[in-house]
Amino acid sequence: MSRGETEHTDFSATPMTEASHSRQKIARAFLGIATALLLLPLFAIIGLLVTHGMSAITAEFLLEAPTAGMTAGGIYPAIIGTLWLIGVSLAVAAPIGIMAGIYLNEYAPENWVTRMINLAIVNLAGVPSIVHALFGVGAFVLFLGLGTSILSASLTLAVMTLPVIIASTKEALASVPVAFRHASWTLGASRWQTIWHIVLPNSVSGILTGVILQVSRAAGETAPIMFTGAAFYLPFLPQSVQDQCMALSMHLFTVSTQVPNVPEAFPYATALVLLTLVVTFNFFSIGLRTYLRARRKW
Amino acid sequence: MTDTTSGTDEGQVSTSRRIAAIVEPAIEWLIRLCGFSAIFFVFGIFFFVFSSGADFIMNRLDVVEFMTSPEWYPTSVSNKRYGTLALVAGTLSVTTLAMMIAVPFGLGTAVFISEFCDGPFKEALKIIVEFLAAIPSVVWGFIGLAIMNPVIIDVFNAPIGLNVLNGGVILGLMSVPIIVSIGEDALKAVPDTYREASLALGATKWQTVYKVLFPAARSGLLAAVLLGVGRAIGETIAVLMATGHAVQIPNSPLDSVRTLTATIAAELGETAQGGDHYQALFAIGVLLFIFTFAVNLTADLLVRGIKNK
Repeated sequence: MSRGETEHTDFSATPMTEASHSRQKIARAFLGIATALLLLPLFAIIGLLVTHGMSAITAEFLLEAPTAGMTAGGIYPAIIGTLWLIGVSLAVAAPIGIMAGIYLNEYAPENWVTRMINLAIVNLAGVPSIVHALFGVGAFVLFLGLGTSILSASLTLAVMTLPVIIASTKEALASVPVAFRHASWTLGASRWQTIWHIVLPNSVSGILTGVILQVSRAAGETAPIMFTGAAFYLPFLPQSVQDQCMALSMHLFTVSTQVPNVPEAFPYATALVLLTLVVTFNFFSIGLRTYLRARRKW
Repeated sequence: MTDTTSGTDEGQVSTSRRIAAIVEPAIEWLIRLCGFSAIFFVFGIFFFVFSSGADFIMNRLDVVEFMTSPEWYPTSVSNKRYGTLALVAGTLSVTTLAMMIAVPFGLGTAVFISEFCDGPFKEALKIIVEFLAAIPSVVWGFIGLAIMNPVIIDVFNAPIGLNVLNGGVILGLMSVPIIVSIGEDALKAVPDTYREASLALGATKWQTVYKVLFPAARSGLLAAVLLGVGRAIGETIAVLMATGHAVQIPNSPLDSVRTLTATIAAELGETAQGGDHYQALFAIGVLLFIFTFAVNLTADLLVRGIKNK
């Protein structure tokens, strides 16, 4: 401070400014603490699942069917069942969702019909999972006569997770500059040629993040598959989409609420496997997005 | 273009063009069809859920009893009752407690991330919130059952730890990510000129948040809260596992309750298909659909209001 004493005092803070500055510090601290308190449970949950469940995770646990009324053995059929559900629901939801995203970003005119579609997407995302389950029972299991099967459960999951894919596809397509499309149209390309050769190649990884997120959500859901295709106990593997299957989420629900005398570590270990699966998918999705943002040239 | 090409090229071009002339409209129609799929599905959901319970809803359901009676005795032999008031009270009590936790923490975190952090730290916090959102509801339910339950019994000397408190805390944590991300979007939507003007007048960051950003982002923040409420009302497996199984109007947070969603999940597997009880569960489904539709519609109108401004 090389300035004179008088200048220094002239610019010193009044009590009022000082008070507002200390209020600012207090507010900031409170907000920081609130944030920390929220993030704490995340780490606590992961920590507890790991410390309680890790000891039960063995090759036998991961690769064998449950035995002795689900109090021994492993979770292999549940892992395979979850993979079936993910695969089939993805095969249904991805094409419909991506095409719906293309429609909304590339074709839809700005009118009340498009507003209705966007409203429907928001509401579809907000429908409770158990209402999706009722829909699955009414529409797929009974009306279409698919019975309780992997197909019914996967279709229910597909409808439920559709908004995730639509929203991320729309976002990915919207990030491709309009100038790219103008350039392509000027060269005589049709609308579809422009989408296929210009827009999609420039947004494919953005679309992929939404698809991975859909997979993650489908893997974790329980309510929609409870009455449409997931079995409590099925020691053999499904052979086709018409079979029922076990699922990790359903298995965790079963062993923690319905079955007596399960070893204490079993549900922890099942939860840990499920969480690892879901978090891995999320990690890929987030990593891909971060990489894309860093790499984007426009 | 075809004028200058040789004969064979011309043939190829016209063949591929002919194929394109058929394929392209077909693809575009398929895209249009998929574009409308969300509308089909929303109507489909309402139609199938309603029609599966329609016979009971139209002919034998006493609407007044359904909405105002706390007596839910669907399996009673002599005195069947289909009143949902206790279930609605269960849903409302758990949702209210969840919001008492999720709203201050969620909005506080949204403000902290949006206004007081930047750079990699901000990105890291956003990613952690996303991971919080990724935890499956059955894992949350298991946390309530295996970890929260004994803690509540110890701390509050309660006879059972599966109650409104347990379910409310779990649901609160589950609703936080959506409140944070929508709330942060709402704050981001406030133009930077507002912040600059306020700071230039000598206001501190907190004064700017409190006096400028909150009023400016009001409807977006309200939408964030509403979407959190929607999420909490609709959550099924976590509350089924964490709130106990008592159909009653709770007197304290330590009472067990059962929500609308949990009732369907707990009873659907045990009813005879097509029976009155089975159809009554679909009637609850219709009620839930209407609840969440109203909440989401309001939130959407609020968000759209901001965009149009």
